[in-house]
Amino acid sequence: MEVLDLKDIALKQKHVELGAKMVPFAGFNMPLQYTGLIDEHINVRNNVGIFDVSHMGEFMICGDGALDLIQRITSNDASKLVPGKVQYSCFPNYNGGIVDDLLVYMLAENEYMLVVNGANIDKDWNWVVKHNTNGVSVQNISENISLLAIQGPNAKKMLQPLTNMDLEMVYYTVQQGIFAGIDNVIISSTGYTGAGGYEIYFKNSDAEAIWNAVMKAGEKVGAKMAGLACRDTLRLEMGFVLYGNDINDTTSPIEAGLGWITKFSKDFVNYEYIKNHKEKGVQRKLVGFELLERGIPRHDYEIVDANGNKIGVVTSGTQSPSLNIPIGMGYVRTEFSTVGSEIYILIRDKKIKARVVSTPFYKQ
Amino acid sequence: MNIPSELKYSKDHEWVRVEGDVAIIGITDFAQGELGDIVYVEVETEGDTLNHEATFGTVEAVKTVSDLFMPVSGEIIEFNKSLESNPDYVNNDPYGNGWMIKVKMSNPAELDKLLNADQYKALLG
Repeated sequence: MEVLDLKDIALKQKHVELGAKMVPFAGFNMPLQYTGLIDEHINVRNNVGIFDVSHMGEFMICGDGALDLIQRITSNDASKLVPGKVQYSCFPNYNGGIVDDLLVYMLAENEYMLVVNGANIDKDWNWVVKHNTNGVSVQNISENISLLAIQGPNAKKMLQPLTNMDLEMVYYTVQQGIFAGIDNVIISSTGYTGAGGYEIYFKNSDAEAIWNAVMKAGEKVGAKMAGLACRDTLRLEMGFVLYGNDINDTTSPIEAGLGWITKFSKDFVNYEYIKNHKEKGVQRKLVGFELLERGIPRHDYEIVDANGNKIGVVTSGTQSPSLNIPIGMGYVRTEFSTVGSEIYILIRDKKIKARVVSTPFYKQ
Repeated sequence: MNIPSELKYSKDHEWVRVEGDVAIIGITDFAQGELGDIVYVEVETEGDTLNHEATFGTVEAVKTVSDLFMPVSGEIIEFNKSLESNPDYVNNDPYGNGWMIKVKMSNPAELDKLLNADQYKALLG
């Protein structure tokens, strides 16, 4: 990727001043780490960390027909949403794969916000526009919005002084109001870490004011900056899939274990094919595994059986900073997908023994 | 960035400290910083004689894995076993306790092809 083509998030200079290691990610210059991956990871689990994830994309879907459009392009049942609720979902494609996974925010009656992966903003936007055959009001506001994720058990203690909104929120809910003196800030009890906390959406023009307030509030509770590197290890410990690693244009939601966000109570793109997948079963499944010997699984390593025959491929792997053991996820042939199955990861031509386990790997 | 002036460096970010015909080898401060938190160093070539640029081991960090290359040819006479229980030595003390192997050099003239501290600094830009 040409460095010159990279886009800047609004708060880039703040991260540079804090000594962040900046890397190209999803077309943006993003903070990968500050003090160090393990340090940041453990601080999120035990205290609270501040992530800038402004690379994420936001689409507004409003007015008459908004719900109908969302229902047709997403796999989960958005009619179950009420104002103030958030839902995890995906856009299935026509080939049995996934365009992207996303969050659907119901902000008010006929007012929805879709939050998509930064790397997929253009692809997703084209997908939404292509399917918007009934003239629903849709708007891609990604370039105007910044997003901070405040994650960890002390997130509420840190942020409550900044707002009159009650931050004692049920998981996957959202509210809109005055935060750090700025109006129309969206705050949701969501995140990608399994550590609890919030995601805060605001205009780039308000970024400096929000940043200063958040940093000041963070100081009081010992919050630390947290980069994308530990975001990846935190999400992996929870068994959360990452688009581009664990799911992509060729993996079906059923194979990926996303049957729980695939609701056949309504029609959607490729409904028949996926329903068939669910009813007839799939050839491969995404599983979590732990290595029983020394080694660290990495994306694209082969998974083999005891005889060395290929049975799958690793999609994500790391040394878990919380558990201090090597963990990973990958697709295996369905007969190897039950918890307890013995599998082997091929690491530099050596078969390293592993066992299929249930996720999350990390349990509070 | 710590780049001790008395050491030699390879383009692959290994450093070499020469003691007679023995080369003590590790990875540079820059390299450990790029790798991040190191989980373990795997060297299974102790006793082997390897050529310059051959792989003598791997270093596994939380985020990534990297091969380790011989900056000079020779026999690997010792692996720093303290790294087995303290891989963080490589992060915290890359030029001291974080040393990785000792090599009995078979062709010390190869040392002349390595970079000095100024040249290595220039390589990092």
